[in-house]
Amino acid sequence: MAIHITLPASRADLAPLRAGDAVLLSGSVLTARDAAHKRLCALLDAGQPLPVDLAGQGIYYTGPCPPMPGQVIGACGPTTSGRMDAYAPRLLQQGLLCMIGKGQRSPAVIEAMRACGAVYLAATGGAGALLAGCVRACRVLAFPELGTEAIHLLRVENFPLIVAIDSLGNDLYAIGPARYAGR
Amino acid sequence: MARQVSVAQVRDTVRALCLAACREIGDDVLTALDEALARERSPFGREILRQIIENDRLARERGMPLCQDTGMAVVFMDVGQDAHLVGGDLTDAVDAGVRAAYREGCFRSSVLSPLGRVNTGDNTPAVLHLRLVPGDGVEITVAPKGFGSENMSRLGMLTPSQGMRGVGDFVVETVALAGANPCPPVVVGVGIGGTAESAMLLAKRCLLRVIGSPAPDAELAALEAELLARVNALGIGPQGLGGDTTALAVHCAQMPTHIAGLPVAVNMQCHVARHKRAKI
Ligand code: SF4
Repeated sequence: MAIHITLPASRADLAPLRAGDAVLLSGSVLTARDAAHKRLCALLDAGQPLPVDLAGQGIYYTGPCPPMPGQVIGACGPTTSGRMDAYAPRLLQQGLLCMIGKGQRSPAVIEAMRACGAVYLAATGGAGALLAGCVRACRVLAFPELGTEAIHLLRVENFPLIVAIDSLGNDLYAIGPARYAGR
Repeated sequence: MARQVSVAQVRDTVRALCLAACREIGDDVLTALDEALARERSPFGREILRQIIENDRLARERGMPLCQDTGMAVVFMDVGQDAHLVGGDLTDAVDAGVRAAYREGCFRSSVLSPLGRVNTGDNTPAVLHLRLVPGDGVEITVAPKGFGSENMSRLGMLTPSQGMRGVGDFVVETVALAGANPCPPVVVGVGIGGTAESAMLLAKRCLLRVIGSPAPDAELAALEAELLARVNALGIGPQGLGGDTTALAVHCAQMPTHIAGLPVAVNMQCHVARHKRAKI
């Protein structure tokens, strides 16, 4: 049975999640990928305020297609999270509690997640049409000049995810393949 | 007499192929996904395969892109040596077809300058591979390539002593290193021989084959079957969360190379294995 989770959330809300749990996510989630992460960290470097408050929030690594007429958003599956590893620990320190994407994370990110009580959820890569159906609203929140790479605020309903790395550092990308390797 | 083919026809064909490729997955992929679902032991793996199959059905039904990464438009053109392309610049016509399709389809513009990172805004230019062939026909294949998988491609300049064993190990190692990143289940294109650049192009052409159709050469067909079994025994599984279905197929091709070398190129393709072909 899938666990229902709502974002924004508190550390305590996310603490029971374990790697391998199926989750249906509702509530609000930010989008950001390579270019937006670079901008956010440049602002932190310069000691300037961020255009979004990350406390208790989730970031979904995606660069959506433009919506077709009558749609809220175009295809919006996850992009490869590893490219955000260089930036993620700094955003976790800002209170970010949830990351959504696809693929493995670095040991440094997993360490930062344990320290901050954050979780990493996997969405199905290449299921952008399906996932778009779970997005109820979408608007640009920051860096509009980045186009698809701008920070959007999404309102999602029952967005299907799997807990890939939990706040204790259990990593399904290590556990899952080991279960089936060589069999 | 040369047969005249207008570049406007090329533009319109490229446009139609881009639109179809980004929205409609091939029946060969769907069949391979269904077969994988029947075999897969991992519950996560089965759930992910079901989501992918449902996604592919929805995209076709709604005329929307299969994946938000609508890729870089890779265009293969086989031009008959008795065909005369008239009415303008061929490269411009191909790009005009890409531009029209990506705008009309509400596809993502993912192409930018590599160092400045400035987006061109219309997904051009395309990557165009031209080949001159006998006859007076023009055949166009469009294969929009996403970079989750393209980024996981690798070239190995092996030594002749490494032989068949070395080639196989390099392919399996490449899939293992890629892990979850190329959105498994993947299709693995392997180009063996030639030079550094021709090996990779050969690998990319392997991705255009019907999924699971064995190579015509018996030695390569046996290598494909062996590598598919080895790759799936890695346990990576759908989306890298563990399972039996890491790859839907391994496709290999070879070409003569130099006495001093054994190039092997691996071009990785995600399950959104898009390509459409038409003849003018
Ligand atoms: S690798 Fe393929 S399925 Fe994954 S996001 Fe890129 S285009 Fe989509």
